[in-house]
Amino acid sequence: MDFDDEGSNFELKEIQTLSGHTDRVWSLAWNPATGTDDAQPVIASCSGDKTVRIWERSALTRSWDCKAVLEETHTRTVRSCTWSPSGKLLATASFDATTAIWENVGGDFQCVSTLEGHENEVKSVSWNASESLLATCSRDKTVWIWEVMPGNEFECASVLQGHTQDVKMIKWHPTMDILFSCSYDNTIKVWAEDDTGDWHCIQTIGESSNGHSSTVWAISFNAGGDKMVTCSDDLTLKVWEADIEGMRSGNNQVLWKHLSTLSGYHDRTIFSVHWSREGIIASGAADDAIRFFVESKDSVVLNSLILNFSLLMDWKTTAVVIPVAMILFLYCIFIV
Amino acid sequence: MVSGLINANPVVYEKKERRQRPASIPDADEYSAEAIDQLEVFDHVRDIKDPEHPYSLEELKVISEDAIEVDDRRSYVSCFRVTFTPTVEHCSMATVIGLCLRVKLMRSLPSRYKVDIRVAPGTHATEAAVNKQLNDKERIAAALENPNLVDMVDECLAPSYA
Repeated sequence: MDFDDEGSNFELKEIQTLSGHTDRVWSLAWNPATGTDDAQPVIASCSGDKTVRIWERSALTRSWDCKAVLEETHTRTVRSCTWSPSGKLLATASFDATTAIWENVGGDFQCVSTLEGHENEVKSVSWNASESLLATCSRDKTVWIWEVMPGNEFECASVLQGHTQDVKMIKWHPTMDILFSCSYDNTIKVWAEDDTGDWHCIQTIGESSNGHSSTVWAISFNAGGDKMVTCSDDLTLKVWEADIEGMRSGNNQVLWKHLSTLSGYHDRTIFSVHWSREGIIASGAADDAIRFFVESKDSVVLNSLILNFSLLMDWKTTAVVIPVAMILFLYCIFIV
Repeated sequence: MVSGLINANPVVYEKKERRQRPASIPDADEYSAEAIDQLEVFDHVRDIKDPEHPYSLEELKVISEDAIEVDDRRSYVSCFRVTFTPTVEHCSMATVIGLCLRVKLMRSLPSRYKVDIRVAPGTHATEAAVNKQLNDKERIAAALENPNLVDMVDECLAPSYA
């Protein structure tokens, strides 16, 4: 995709507002097995109303409908949800200290497993690329790694300690079994397994390594897996890179290095960031703005396409389908 | 739970004279173009009861009108910064007071208003830690799912709804 350096011909157009949740919507996840010629796109959303909703776009009307409400399982806020790479399972992380695993059984979502162990709120859950491992993190400062066994059984493989405060998010590397965590303690930690099967923290990215100076809220990798972007309460986004070939050859000493810091684009906490397959970085912050960044050809400094939203809606009960707008957003490049 | 109060002998101050306000709509209008000023924010919080004593935050000078700053530089998002002064430096009630302020303003102001809450610099031993907690929306949301904490907050907030 070619982007104009000015970036002024972009437009983000709202397609639809999905109503249904009765409390704040914390997170969304696209089902990776959908959005193709055979399968209409599906999104899972989770909320402070303790439920998860599954939305699907109708092939006929092209409008989004709520297909299922996953309720009566979590007893507190559902903080995040994520589909397994095959799209067959959905993991939901809750403030009730559990992680639930759901399976779509003939259109009906059933909770097939409940992972217990964390001492308090679970914040995030992530599947590795081969779907053999699941990771969860919590305010209890730990990261748990679970092995996915046959018959929807999950066994705790390791409890990773090291963070000194709440772990806000964990994310597996897109291609390798290397785990990344970011925390209220302002650091990012990288975890890998050694030859004896023990998991260790192989790198801690703190302020001294050009890291963040406040809570790190999210991590996202580029398609190639050689770069990652993080966002923080320190009002910056930071881009990191690593020697991917070195990592692939099993070298656990490969370190992630700071590549770029994007500051001055948001003036309140940046809560989420995502690096799309097309190479666009999207950030969402408490200043009610969503920004898109692309890497300019001449330098490593990324340009920002500014899209500010004046939120007249009550964000507690609606979930604007921003990612779908990205698809529409792409069409707009040609039309506008 | 400590049997003794953190501050058994607080200094109680005179309350500031109240400005007469026209009768307001119960639910703050989301689309109202009228800006909310410091005094209005102060009116929402001045009567909050201190968690330990039968006095309001205003009477104990924990909160004052001057300690509320408005930042309306950006047209699309309005911010307030509320600075409160705990009565003693090691006050473990600081986070509770901060939480009370946050909850009251969350319930009273339109959601487009962003509120930063902090302890007055130099007035608390673990200032940075308290401030960080009070401004982390996830920590706040989780805390507000704790029924005991919510009961405590609601008790402090009761006099401020008059």
